[in-house]
Amino acid sequence: MTLLSVKNLTVAFFGRSGTVNAIEDVSLELEPGEILGMVGESGAGKSMTGAAIIGLIEPPGRISAGEIRLEGERIDNLPPEAIRRIRGRRIGAIFQDPLTSLNPVLTVGEQLIETIRTHLKLPREAARARAIDWLRRVGIPAPEARIDTYPHQYSGGMRQRVVIALALCAEPRLVIADEPTTALDVSVQAQVIALLRQLARETGVAVILVTHDMGVIAETADRVAVMYAGRIVEVGPVAEVLRAPRHPYTSGLMASIPRIGPRPEVLPQIEGAMPRPHARPPGCAFAPRCPHRFVPCTDERPELTGTPVRSVACHLTTEVPA
Amino acid sequence: MLGFLVRRVIQSVFVMLAVALIAFLMFRFMGDPVNSMVAENASTEERAAVRERLGLDQPLWLQYGRFVARAAQGDFGLSWRNARPVSTLLAERFPATAELVLVAAVLSLVLGIPLGILTALRPRSFPAQSLQLISLIGISLPTFVTGILLILVFSVWLGWLPSFGRGDVVDIGWWSTGFFTLAGLKALILPSIMLCLFQLTLIMRLVRAEMLEVLRTDYIKFARARGLSNRSIHFRHALKNTLIPVITIFGLQLGGLIAFAIVTETVFQWPGMGALFIQAVSFGDVPVMAAYLVLVSLIFVIINTTVDLLYAVLDPRLRVDGARGAH
Repeated sequence: MTLLSVKNLTVAFFGRSGTVNAIEDVSLELEPGEILGMVGESGAGKSMTGAAIIGLIEPPGRISAGEIRLEGERIDNLPPEAIRRIRGRRIGAIFQDPLTSLNPVLTVGEQLIETIRTHLKLPREAARARAIDWLRRVGIPAPEARIDTYPHQYSGGMRQRVVIALALCAEPRLVIADEPTTALDVSVQAQVIALLRQLARETGVAVILVTHDMGVIAETADRVAVMYAGRIVEVGPVAEVLRAPRHPYTSGLMASIPRIGPRPEVLPQIEGAMPRPHARPPGCAFAPRCPHRFVPCTDERPELTGTPVRSVACHLTTEVPA
Repeated sequence: MLGFLVRRVIQSVFVMLAVALIAFLMFRFMGDPVNSMVAENASTEERAAVRERLGLDQPLWLQYGRFVARAAQGDFGLSWRNARPVSTLLAERFPATAELVLVAAVLSLVLGIPLGILTALRPRSFPAQSLQLISLIGISLPTFVTGILLILVFSVWLGWLPSFGRGDVVDIGWWSTGFFTLAGLKALILPSIMLCLFQLTLIMRLVRAEMLEVLRTDYIKFARARGLSNRSIHFRHALKNTLIPVITIFGLQLGGLIAFAIVTETVFQWPGMGALFIQAVSFGDVPVMAAYLVLVSLIFVIINTTVDLLYAVLDPRLRVDGARGAH
């Protein structure tokens, strides 16, 4: 059964100067154990999609349309107490900055044990044993001793491992990793990504990996969803999207990845900037920057068409069949 | 931790020596004490004899040394006003002030922290909004005005509570306490409310501001993302982080309470050290003033050291002695 199904999700922010949609009409599906990468530039709505799935949109924002189903059950309209029970237990979250994600005044063990005991009815000793086991699984050396130390006694990479343990310790079926490596040293990034991939394989947890790093997506994800200006513009298996991107924005992203080897004089980049949520054009949001735009692009918004596995929102692919 | 403690004690000694110097110099600002001790027509020889007897002919640093040595043993000489040992006078008055300050401090914490949490967690609710408004009044009204208003309402109009004095006290050794008699307790109510009001509003507003700040942090968001209960997030994860700055301010303000007790004691004719000090000022009773200054400074120093130690209890990052992890 499909693990997660998001349909036509819109998150709106109600401000004094009117309503602004942070994400619009986002649909995606995720199978158990699958790793879905979500890429896009800052403000494209990647993190907002993750926050909506886990029910952590903060006012004045809220889900204004669409639905989210987890294992067939609707979770976007649950009362706060019910969604709280899902968080951590069925959907875990990994945040960007391990230095600020852990409470400085509680030991790593206290935070793990509390999380475990919130969701699994275990006696204290059993929860502690489980916490030690999780620290070992995420690669903390001497977990029996480290469990009683405080976050500041860990390095950044080690803290992100603790964050991963906290996200997975109640064995959720889905984990949303929001830029899990952005705040880390490059040398540590690869280790954390490898760990995440290994744990996903071991536990069968599905992962939504939010990042702006195409390299991370390429080596980790099964499928990738590209977001632009609050919408998904292309979805597909990673290898296919990387090899043959169908949306001009995705092509632009690929072209801007620096490569090892003979370097071009100037790294290709996409001209212009992504429109702000309150100033999106009526047609395709990418049209003003698109090298291939033609007649319908500026007036008519292209729909995401194709199968849940491979689809794209671009007039080039619909109006002019390749 | 031990090294930290030793360092703090050494610092404290220097602070106290500096305070003692100021207290000591106070005697010299009051003119030549010999003049007030000998007859007006005393000869120069007689004056010299008195000066020698009192050690006033010795170099200044030697006199200062003797003052410090005596003060360290609690000996501040005799009061110029009623010729009783200053230490005895202070010891008589200390319990009254201590009890007043204690009750006010406890009140400000016991009420201030929960009210601060309430206003932070439900910022838009009616009680929170009205508390914010009332606290604004509390923080801006001079304390003697609130004291006089309290007397007007509860003593004059309603006649419920006494307007002055400590009521009945019970002596336990040298300590006289008002905690064990009804009259003593009733007498404590108005002065302690007046004294605590400013602290109470300060702590409430501080807890509120800190709590709002902490609730925005990543670790609280991550705690929510792990599905922890609101109770645990608010009272375990957030409160402990909130209390660190609150402890600092409270510690500093505790000294302020003792200082402000002077005003409260004057308004309520409370027989404490503050009232003693005010009397001493009006009579130019330098030994009492000097002793009060040294004693209050000592209390400040002790409180601040305790606060620094409490930090380490609350914030593990400050426990410098522990083995550091790999970085």
